Amino acid sequence: MGNEEELNRIIDYSGRDYKHIGTRPVRPDGVDKVTGRANFGADFDMNGMLHGRMVRSPHAHAKIKSINVAKALKLEGVKAVVTGKDFPAIDPSDKIVGEVVVSFYDMSRNVIARDKVYYDGHAVAAVAATSPQIAERAAALIEVEYEVLKPVMNLAEAMKKNAPVLHKGMTTEGVEPAPKKSSNIAKRAQFALGDVEAGFKKAEVIVEGDYSTQTVHQGYIETHACVVSLAADGMATVWSSSQGQFMVRAMCAKLCGMDNSKIKAIPAEIGGGFGGKTVVYLEPVAMMLAKQSGKPVKMVMSRDEVMRATGPTSGGHARCKLGALNDGTLVAGELEMEYEAGAFPGSPVGLGCMTGFAPYNMTDILCTGWDVVVNRPKAAAYRAPGAPVAAFAVESAMDELALKLGMDPLQLRIKNAAIEGTQAPYGVKFGRIGNLENLRAAEEHPHMSVPLGPNQGRGIASGFWFNIGGTSSAEVMINEDGTVIVVTGNPDIGGSRASMALMAAEVLGVDVSRIKPLVADTESVAFSALTGGSRVTFATGKAVIEAAEDAVKDMKRRAAKMWDVELDQVEWENGCAVCIETDKHKPLSIADIAKKSDRTGGAISGKANINAQGAGPAFGTHICDVEIDPETGFVTVLRYTAIQDVGKAIHPSYVEGQMQGGAAQGIGWALNEEYVYSDEGQLLNTGFLDYRVPVCSDLPMINTVVVEVPNPGHPYGVRGVGEVPIVPPLAAVANAVSRAAGVRMGHLPISPPKLLASIDEAK
Amino acid sequence: MAKVVLPLEVARSFAAGVTEHQVQGGDVRRLLKDLEQSFPGIAERLGQGFAIAIDGQIYQDWFVEKVRADSEVYFLPAIEGG
Repeated sequence: MGNEEELNRIIDYSGRDYKHIGTRPVRPDGVDKVTGRANFGADFDMNGMLHGRMVRSPHAHAKIKSINVAKALKLEGVKAVVTGKDFPAIDPSDKIVGEVVVSFYDMSRNVIARDKVYYDGHAVAAVAATSPQIAERAAALIEVEYEVLKPVMNLAEAMKKNAPVLHKGMTTEGVEPAPKKSSNIAKRAQFALGDVEAGFKKAEVIVEGDYSTQTVHQGYIETHACVVSLAADGMATVWSSSQGQFMVRAMCAKLCGMDNSKIKAIPAEIGGGFGGKTVVYLEPVAMMLAKQSGKPVKMVMSRDEVMRATGPTSGGHARCKLGALNDGTLVAGELEMEYEAGAFPGSPVGLGCMTGFAPYNMTDILCTGWDVVVNRPKAAAYRAPGAPVAAFAVESAMDELALKLGMDPLQLRIKNAAIEGTQAPYGVKFGRIGNLENLRAAEEHPHMSVPLGPNQGRGIASGFWFNIGGTSSAEVMINEDGTVIVVTGNPDIGGSRASMALMAAEVLGVDVSRIKPLVADTESVAFSALTGGSRVTFATGKAVIEAAEDAVKDMKRRAAKMWDVELDQVEWENGCAVCIETDKHKPLSIADIAKKSDRTGGAISGKANINAQGAGPAFGTHICDVEIDPETGFVTVLRYTAIQDVGKAIHPSYVEGQMQGGAAQGIGWALNEEYVYSDEGQLLNTGFLDYRVPVCSDLPMINTVVVEVPNPGHPYGVRGVGEVPIVPPLAAVANAVSRAAGVRMGHLPISPPKLLASIDEAK
Repeated sequence: MAKVVLPLEVARSFAAGVTEHQVQGGDVRRLLKDLEQSFPGIAERLGQGFAIAIDGQIYQDWFVEKVRADSEVYFLPAIEGG
């Protein structure tokens, strides 16, 4: 089926009364997860398995002069040692070019360094031994000689004219004429609507501000882990925790020089990903160790390794200028941003440019983004990649504008809200969206009328994310007793098994307790793209709906056969085939039809392999109340309300959970989280004691308001949930603190010393 | 004629910075052929990592989608997610 046909074949169920969609059954994987029976990445073991250990660079920037593995190999129990030289060469042009470039050449060098190390913790070698202790000792015996280079640790240093260059030969793309000199600036991205200069000429009020955020980690609880087994015939099996078993297979194949067909990737349960598990780190290394040793190899990262060597999201710097008329009408906006890409190019700065002004109806804007490499780990995706930093700048500037105009910040947003037909910053006109509905819900929410006390402030911010579709596959199998198995190819990060079961239940007309949703390995279901981008409930959900419809079609055929009537005399109602020709035939349930399936044509199943089109953009608006302690600078979050248009909440509890989780992570980004490096570039806060993510006692109850403006591109109106809720909190918190303190807090995190210094400076 | 809007970076490289162009309708393949005639090499560039939006509908993986004579077509970077 072509992409257009996929879009046009939608059966619109939105007018119907749902029986299952919107209910809150217990999640199918719940018992396993609360009893400890669920198998996560590190839970899998094999007989004769070896334990792998990485050797990591203590330097942020250095040339590798030599690696001597002789002593490690002599240690009893050591079965394999690999370095970058053991991996196949990859052509630098081998890349997938999108908003975020995926370069297999860089990825291979990120997994294990070749001639240079680019950050503290960069892997340089790996060892496999019969016990974790021996592997640890062997790793310490590997001698690496470095020529230490000056590290470039932040945007300002990296963009200086004579800064040390990380990648010789890398020049700035997107600039005319093309520069010839090597630079740490990998790319310029630019988006424009109308004439920004003319727009600012019309402005009666202008605000301009400087904003910055720090590198933060996704903070998933489960560290990266895998087991790789390679049989004598070259067939490999990979068990690992990731956001996509097909991604693991493809990247292992590419980086290890294997065919996809020779790798079976089995998804473990996943203890958090948030975008950080959309790439591989350990799997290709374990594969090469297994190849060399002939034994299965298990590798598990420590928290220290996760923090030093896996993808954080970019720290960023932004300048935002807004122009408005005296009545609050926005007439122009300019946003210029620099994002850290980490050690290799590919920050999500372009996505920041595309999203920052999206909540507003603005005809004259210019957004410019610069992608900059620094000696930190390669940035990976993190919920709504690129959008939170841009929203922080724009939403802080909106708050400044409201103050300057003497206008209520919510009314300013309502006045300028993007609605259906508004042109997005990336050119496309929005279809049906729920941005204004969110703002109206905020206006009516009791949170807005709670009086504020001394040292307290209220912040409001909005945020946007595109949501995406993509390739998804599903199979719906009818068991002989009429129970149902739903097979998909997407790891369940946020309750997607429950959503898949509910959507299948709605089409089939059976109770969700009779449906078992499964996440299959790469040999048991057709290709599915990653779990990410808020795509699974939308795209894989569409595949499940189509597969269930396919199964219903088959069951109607079987019923027609059983009754000896024409197919067009059979309809599907409430989980049964009914004959409309005559009432002499009693309706046949799925169990009735399944029982006779041997006689009517064999097993019954339906399948769908689709590239889902019609993803619905989504917006959120958050309200945050804080109290500041002017003596210590400590910020207490008093109240928090997250409002979001989700299209349709398939399982409202998991939708609310996503909104609460995103808000909690955003609050951490705003108040606490940052990477602290030594002068030489070594990461100093590599554990959760020093890298402070919010815990329950730091937060109030996060109230949620689920707004449902159906997406016409999905049969049940689903938009997607997981990305949007991390976009508004940075500014919602900062705006609240700024109003409480009477000084603009434009630089995150708003730690107590930083807040105290700002208050003192303003006195 | 359908309106096609190129990303700024592509317009700068191939079309002297002009982003907006008028092309024949039909389908995306024909649209690319038209653009290629005016700006040699542009079809290959747009085939690398760009999504397409036809009348507001974004196609991440486009091929031969229909383009009406009065359609608005935007090329934009393919969108990733977390």
